[in-house]
Amino acid sequence: MQKPATPALGVDPAQPAALVASGTWQVHGLAHAGVIGQLDAALASCAAPTAWDLTQISSLDHIGAQWLWNAWGKTRPPGLVLADGQEEFFQRLEQAGSLTLAEVPKPRWKQLIRLGARTQGLTEHLFGMVGLIGQLMFDLRRFALAPLRGPWKEISSNIYHTGYQALGITALVGFLIGVVLSYLSAQQLHSFGGDIYLVNILGMSIIRELGPLLAAILVAGRSGSSITAQLGVMRVNEELDAMLVMGLPHGFRLIMPKVLALAVAMPLLVIWTDAMALLGGMVAAKLELGLSPSYFLHKLPDAVPLANYWIGIGKGVVFGSLIALVACHFGFRIKANTESLGAGTTSSVVSAITVVILADAVFAIVFNGVGF
Amino acid sequence: MAASVIEIQGLRTAYGKTVVHEHLDLQVEQGEIIALVGGSGSGKTTLLRQMLGLETPASGTVKVFGVDLQQADNAQLQQLRQRWGMLFQHGALFSALTTFDNVAQPMRELRTLPEDLIRDAVLLKLQMVGLTPADACKMPSDLSGGMVKRVALARALALEPELLFLDEPTAGLDPSLSDSFVELIAALRDAMQLTVVMVTHDLDTLLALATRIAVLADKHLIAYGTAQEVIAVPHPFIEQFFLGGRGRRALQVLDRQ
Repeated sequence: MQKPATPALGVDPAQPAALVASGTWQVHGLAHAGVIGQLDAALASCAAPTAWDLTQISSLDHIGAQWLWNAWGKTRPPGLVLADGQEEFFQRLEQAGSLTLAEVPKPRWKQLIRLGARTQGLTEHLFGMVGLIGQLMFDLRRFALAPLRGPWKEISSNIYHTGYQALGITALVGFLIGVVLSYLSAQQLHSFGGDIYLVNILGMSIIRELGPLLAAILVAGRSGSSITAQLGVMRVNEELDAMLVMGLPHGFRLIMPKVLALAVAMPLLVIWTDAMALLGGMVAAKLELGLSPSYFLHKLPDAVPLANYWIGIGKGVVFGSLIALVACHFGFRIKANTESLGAGTTSSVVSAITVVILADAVFAIVFNGVGF
Repeated sequence: MAASVIEIQGLRTAYGKTVVHEHLDLQVEQGEIIALVGGSGSGKTTLLRQMLGLETPASGTVKVFGVDLQQADNAQLQQLRQRWGMLFQHGALFSALTTFDNVAQPMRELRTLPEDLIRDAVLLKLQMVGLTPADACKMPSDLSGGMVKRVALARALALEPELLFLDEPTAGLDPSLSDSFVELIAALRDAMQLTVVMVTHDLDTLLALATRIAVLADKHLIAYGTAQEVIAVPHPFIEQFFLGGRGRRALQVLDRQ
């Protein structure tokens, strides 16, 4: 492939006021660096051309013709000489007339409108969530009245995807956090000579607080995003509409199974994360303080009263349901374009994590004084 | 140009154990409109993707404008990609961009054209495919199926390609729309000296536009020639496709012309 000769514009030596165009006036020629600048300069050097000669042009296309047309002020110049086959380009341009994009009116009161839109958006989200929870209650009632006709397959597949497949990542993160926490606390406790209280600190913080929260944040990132993206793609592919047409209600077949699955899987993941974090803490305690694992395990039940386990598991149920609800809420709001899919998934994960931490604060206040 | 625009030799495409093409040869000369036909699943779209370099052949060569797609370096491929345009079956418009920006994208990608020239050129392209400036501000999700096809064609034509690939250009369009689509392609072929390779099931489009028809069956081309030549080839698929009720009606129109 040889490179095409670039377009050029020059003054006719015989007639100083006549411009001659030559070369290949095609988009790839025009696109060479600096070509447009040279053409503009050549055009400016000839103040009022009385004639245009295009017969030297070896090939022309619509973009080249458009450039000339614009240079002429969107009308045929005097003394235009065309080669064969060039006429139709300019005829088309002439027919097209002046095409202009509609002006987008500039918004006034920008800040105020933005504030209003934010507030409106927030109330919409709140109403949406309330509606979603209400719908969930109806669906749960329907499920309870006829459990055999429930979406068992969906529930079990969701438990597999959100629960079983998250075991690896929660174990890894839990173990490492356990190690980190144990090392940090051991150093502090050692300076007070309170080495044996390591079990209390680790047990209490992990079982009551960190285990549920860690598992919830991981699941929000993992399953929350996948639920939102899945529902979004179903919207883009019109699968959601197809379900409605076939009489498969979204609430009963999509939302409820996901909420139930996460409400079942999350507490189990919380127990698993707790165990892994305690294991990590135990290993680190052995290495750092020489605390034997058997002492650690023996001391644990005394250090952490049983109520804390129940609070942790309860948190798991609540966090799991909230993550599923938030993810579904954002999933159904996705519009049929890629940008909305990306934005929806991001806000879903961010909101799910925020909502989980909010709920955690509520737990802390409500169960203040329980389990010590 | 003496060399063929597209030259495929001994192409074999396989996914795992499924063989899609075997010993497939195809040559397309400049200025031709080639229609690829074949039963569903016969690998028409895959063949198109091979020509675009989106698939890798298991063996054989695919040359476009004399460049072997597997041997070419990045600069060659980039130059090649500015010389062809592709209309995907479902449009494949960038859903985050407006109609205008979708068509302007290939021109902006050259990075040297001034914005006012791009604006005029895009509006002209949209007008060529029968869209108004009012449609230019719409998002692809707000367009009807036929309009999506038209915008996608405008985008495929944005850089004035010498070679145009069309995947089911008239599927999903109503008869009058597909007629105007056929006229549009024919007019563009005359105006821009296009070479066109299209996959289509629509007999009317096929007979109205194609200079040659390539029939894909049994993993290779069983017939390649004008409509009359292709019909003369004895093969069950050709009999079903061209000599069924619909085919006869379409062919009658051809004979009368």
